[in-house]
Amino acid sequence: MSDDATFEKFKQCAVDVLQVPEDRVVPEASFTDDLNADSLDLVEFVMALEEAFAITVDETELDGVETVGQAYELVVSKL
Amino acid sequence: MPPRGRRRVVVTGLGVVASCGIGRDAFFAGLSGPAAAGPQRVEAFDPSAWFDVKEARQTDRFAQFSIACAQLALDDAGELGADPQRAGVIFGTGIGGLTTLQEQIVLMAGKGARRVSPRLVPMMMGNAGAAAISIRFGWRGPCETVVTACASATHAIGNAFRLVGDGRCDAVLTGGAEAAISAAGGLDPIGIAAFANMTALSTSGRSRPFDRRRDGFVIAEGGGALVLEELGHARSRAAHIYAEVLGAASTADAFHITAPDPSGEGASACMALALADAGIAPDEVAHINAHGTSTPLNDLAEAEAIERLFGQPGPPVTAIKGVTGHSLGAAGALEAVASVLSVERGLMPPTAGLEEQDPAIHLDVVTGAARPFVPGAVLSNSFGFGGHNGCLLFGPVTP
Repeated sequence: MSDDATFEKFKQCAVDVLQVPEDRVVPEASFTDDLNADSLDLVEFVMALEEAFAITVDETELDGVETVGQAYELVVSKL
Repeated sequence: MPPRGRRRVVVTGLGVVASCGIGRDAFFAGLSGPAAAGPQRVEAFDPSAWFDVKEARQTDRFAQFSIACAQLALDDAGELGADPQRAGVIFGTGIGGLTTLQEQIVLMAGKGARRVSPRLVPMMMGNAGAAAISIRFGWRGPCETVVTACASATHAIGNAFRLVGDGRCDAVLTGGAEAAISAAGGLDPIGIAAFANMTALSTSGRSRPFDRRRDGFVIAEGGGALVLEELGHARSRAAHIYAEVLGAASTADAFHITAPDPSGEGASACMALALADAGIAPDEVAHINAHGTSTPLNDLAEAEAIERLFGQPGPPVTAIKGVTGHSLGAAGALEAVASVLSVERGLMPPTAGLEEQDPAIHLDVVTGAARPFVPGAVLSNSFGFGGHNGCLLFGPVTP
């Protein structure tokens, strides 16, 4: 899968779970401040990513993940 | 006379989400409609009118009903201007988010524990409706949920009445909601399966309270909300006052987890306590809005309890469950709204589905069309599985 295709898939998860417009899912966007996501939204988002990419994300790996870019890097590191 | 020192409490806002109508006027008109046949869903309810996509997905249908009818009641009440710290929410539900629970259990069976939604508990918990109301409207006084099966909303309204009467709150949003009849996870609704196996549901699928052929209740979903307000507070803002809450009472049968005490003692004690709470005599009650579920046991026990206290035939009785079916934890709220509108409009809705009155029941049951009356005290009864009895008394507001 190309980088672009991977990000598209990642972005679609964010759009579906967080119900935000596509153009706001950018690397520097903060989940809390820019995407109006609370802690439970993030758990649901991670579940969606696990399903979409067939990966497993441990809860401890989410420490410090605050932006779209950080979450995307975490996903890519597991592919 | 009501207890000395108790503040007077009035109803200034009504909201309903029911199969026979959304909003108070559509609902009250719907009560003169045809008898319920088969499960009564609120087909006209459109969540997008109340919630964005994310909110709707994160809110069980029972809590959606809670918010929707609360919003309708608040809009109806107009600008309350209540101090948020002195504005409370006391809401009822019998079961809570059963549909969400069913969906998540099916999902767990298929995909494992790691896919169970982190929203499951906050969506299914019984207090989700009350919490959502307080969050949406910023009401910061007491916010609690009453769970007493089919008497939930009646007890909620009674408790709300005390909060205003005792001076803790100037306004309380109260009522109840239920939505336990939706399919989920590719399976039929477990709520319907469970009530059917209890043999509580009508096998003919027809609701016919007090009829000799009644064979169980018709299950329903919905929600009803009332704004209760201190009389002086309501008058100072020139609010429309529908009715006064005259009294409330709560007792238990202490008999059986599902069957009512056939002697009707707990039920008639509850009615007597409500009258005493209001300081009125039985012959001052103009109308009774019965629990009237259409089950063989309930209707007979309730009729005997009414006859014991009021004599035969006693005041005219109606059972709106003939039209609405039985919306469990919401039922008391729908019936309270109907009672309040009966007071305001001088009209007792008919008991749909009643064709041939049970000869063992000697009540004057309103049938056919709504019957006009000179507005007076109206008693609303609710009796829940577990032996929970609840009664409310409404009446015209006097100077």
